[in-house]
Amino acid sequence: MKYSMAAVAAVTLAISIYLFVAYDNDLGGYQFMTEKYHWLPGLGVTFHLAMDGIAAPMVLLTGIVMVTAVFMAWNTAPRAKDFFALFMALVCGVYGVFLSLDLFFLFFFYELAVVPMYLLIGVWGSTRKEYGALKLVLYLVASSVLVWVGLIAIYVHAGMGTFNLIELEQAGFGSTFQKVVFPLLMFGFGVLAGLWPFHTWSPDGHVAAPTSVSMLHAGVLMKLGAFGIIRVGLDLLPEGAQDWQLVLVILATVNVVYGAVSALAQRDLKFVIGYSSVSHMGYVLLGIATLHPQGLTGAVYQMFSHGIMTALFFALVGVVYDRAHTRDISVFQGLSKRMGVTASFFAVAGLASLGLPGLSGFIAEFLVFVGLFKTYPVVAVFGIIGAAITAVYILRLIAKVFFGPLDTRWKDLPDASNLEKASMLSLVAVLIFGGVYPQPFTRIIDQGIGPILDRVAAVA
Amino acid sequence: MNVDFALLVPEFLLVGLAFALFTVDLFIPNDKKGILPYLAVAGLLVTAGSAFTLLGNEGSLYANIYIVDKYAIFFKVFLPLVGVVMVIASREFVNKHLESPGEFYSLIMVSVLGMMLMVSANELLTAYISLELLSFCLYIMAAYAKREARSNEAGVKYILIGAFSSGVLLYGMSLIYGALGTTTFEGMADALRSGDHLELAFLTGLTLLIAGFGFKVVAVPFHMWAPDVYEGAPLPVTAYLSIASKAASFALLLRLFAVAFEPVIDDWKPIVAAIAALTMTVGNVVAISQKNIKRLLAYSSIGHAGFLLVGIAALSEMASTALVLYLVGYAATTFVAFICVIIYFNLTGHEKIEEYAGLAKRSPVLALALTISLFSLAGLPFFAGFTIKFYIFTAAAKEDLIWLVAIAVVNSLISVYYYLMVIRQMYIKPAPEAAKPLTMPKITGATLLTLVGVVFLIGIYPQSITGLIEKATPALFG
Repeated sequence: MKYSMAAVAAVTLAISIYLFVAYDNDLGGYQFMTEKYHWLPGLGVTFHLAMDGIAAPMVLLTGIVMVTAVFMAWNTAPRAKDFFALFMALVCGVYGVFLSLDLFFLFFFYELAVVPMYLLIGVWGSTRKEYGALKLVLYLVASSVLVWVGLIAIYVHAGMGTFNLIELEQAGFGSTFQKVVFPLLMFGFGVLAGLWPFHTWSPDGHVAAPTSVSMLHAGVLMKLGAFGIIRVGLDLLPEGAQDWQLVLVILATVNVVYGAVSALAQRDLKFVIGYSSVSHMGYVLLGIATLHPQGLTGAVYQMFSHGIMTALFFALVGVVYDRAHTRDISVFQGLSKRMGVTASFFAVAGLASLGLPGLSGFIAEFLVFVGLFKTYPVVAVFGIIGAAITAVYILRLIAKVFFGPLDTRWKDLPDASNLEKASMLSLVAVLIFGGVYPQPFTRIIDQGIGPILDRVAAVA
Repeated sequence: MNVDFALLVPEFLLVGLAFALFTVDLFIPNDKKGILPYLAVAGLLVTAGSAFTLLGNEGSLYANIYIVDKYAIFFKVFLPLVGVVMVIASREFVNKHLESPGEFYSLIMVSVLGMMLMVSANELLTAYISLELLSFCLYIMAAYAKREARSNEAGVKYILIGAFSSGVLLYGMSLIYGALGTTTFEGMADALRSGDHLELAFLTGLTLLIAGFGFKVVAVPFHMWAPDVYEGAPLPVTAYLSIASKAASFALLLRLFAVAFEPVIDDWKPIVAAIAALTMTVGNVVAISQKNIKRLLAYSSIGHAGFLLVGIAALSEMASTALVLYLVGYAATTFVAFICVIIYFNLTGHEKIEEYAGLAKRSPVLALALTISLFSLAGLPFFAGFTIKFYIFTAAAKEDLIWLVAIAVVNSLISVYYYLMVIRQMYIKPAPEAAKPLTMPKITGATLLTLVGVVFLIGIYPQSITGLIEKATPALFG
């Protein structure tokens, strides 16, 4: 069973890589478009898949994180079959959101990606798992209520009897309508992206979730929120996006700083990573809010980079927790003596997190800052303060947990297994590759955001 | 007058079937009575088949007061199938917990007959009489566990409230007749269009009519009888009350409002919309605190009545298609839930939600089926619930009811919570120490899986059903 699971995951990754590589940058736009299948003509629902330059890195990200998460969950027990079935339902939902050109199916897959989390966390989780699972699902379903109303409003107001995104782009929504409906999408999708003050489900959920689910959730699922804002919000309601730009900038700035400060105060390893995710998703939202070429490219690249980085983080924390059975930072000391590989991987992830040049996080955050300086220079200062705080909590954490004299109670701690090492190494490799050679990513992202920026510029 | 009796073949079949069951029951020994449900199922399938053959031969009877159009035929095929599921679902329960099975199955046949008449009624009194035929069967069935106080209480409560609501209905009908001078749906529409009628008498009558039907479909504020009756009635009867009688009543309501009251839509649209909002809110909010799964499903079915009323308030061809699709999807989903509850009750005698702890370990199939149905009722994708809710809400938004859609969507969110609480018991809570694995009964289990298939079908390939419905609903908007 496990091997067939691995095979499916590997094939999916191969397809994801193929899609990413085969995307033709010179052509741009939507590619690999499937035939438009009229799924429910009475309602105007079509099943229509395609990938553009924004979806391409997300598809690749999903493939990578999924495969590594499967290997990190290799020894899941009990009820591994149920676990992987739900896991795959979640992955299916994620791919569906990235590739759907129909708002009905975008929402369909969006919900599909959220719901399996309840059981994945509730059954296989730890630390207040029921609380975390319920909070997460209720927050996300509540936010999807806003999205739902927003999508139906778009459908009705366009009066075209279709949910197809490409057709709806021609609708031309009035400015009042855009002003009213955009916040529905911004907050609705924003909750899943960890938008402050609706982010609290995220650390609780991540802490309660089993390792592989945290990886997938922080690594990929939170990106669905940001993706939704770009795909539906910016694309269909560019005027509304401009009206709400300042609000999003302010909230996202709070995200960055507040997330980082909260991470500073945590005692549980996983909570640190959870809050750091909130902080880093703030950069994504900031980048989106700039509505500026570099900012937006940075946002999408940060989605990719943070996805890989945070998956690596959660994998590492999972490895430590599996062996030490605690995540309390205060009891760890000098683990690098016993877990050399884990410690060095953790250092790479940490450096990527605080934006060290040479790792993908640097490029992404740099682009976001460039965009910010051109649009909201004051906010950019706060953003950089956030990055500075990140450096403090990450370095302090690494120093405390991995360095110093080895605490004797950890003298028999084994390092990660070979399988775990291999999966984590591949994530490290992607981080480094993305840092030294970001061009394939930024070029494809530029293709994706081009048309959207044109639409924004057209109403400016 | 030339009466084409061929149009009534399904109804005649049902009458014959009811009497046949009744008579056979008298003459066969107790240990052979197991054959009765098979007879009933076979008869219902033949009925559904004969209704299907009416396609292409639509027509009407008795000066157009009884109409067999595509819309009616759709339900005449659908309702006997509901009856089939009902018979199979109640078979073991009847054997174990109830007396005189023959009469029970006969009553199901007669109630299906009542529903078949309801969907064809094109005139107020015909509608009333067929509704009463259904109701009388339901009164008896609610009190069928005659040695159980709860069931008796349910029966008495039901019959008193039922009689009262019938009175309200009749009073409303008489006022409408007085105001419009006719009881046929088309005649009423003509009178309303000409504008030549007693406004006050008509509005009073319309209000009473809405109130009377409000009792029958369990709309707030006419719902207070329902939870007690639903809890007290034998389990399969509860299922029947919340599925079949609702489906037929909404089929009738849709025809009544679409044909007769369409000209004065502005008069009743706000009322129905308000009732819909109230109904879904009360149903879903009160469901949160329920400890008994039967009561939980009862309140959830009140909530769904609210969603169904959205389809009436948004009266349009699209909304009608959405409403009928909702009825089909809701029936399949709710039957899955109830059959799971019935099977679990038959095996263990439990019906409290906390007693579902660890069901996923004891019977993975049962737990999975119940989970699917609850997820579907909550409106989650891949299952019927998502499609039908999305459809009906979109249709309502198109008719300027976006505020109602917003309330409905929030209610849908609330429902996720209480359905999850049941799923939590089954999957997260451990089973009690002494609990043994459960074996699924064969025939009921197979029916259960078939219905789960239907839930998936509507969730993944709804066109298979909407294609049929889209041919049926235009009959209302001729």
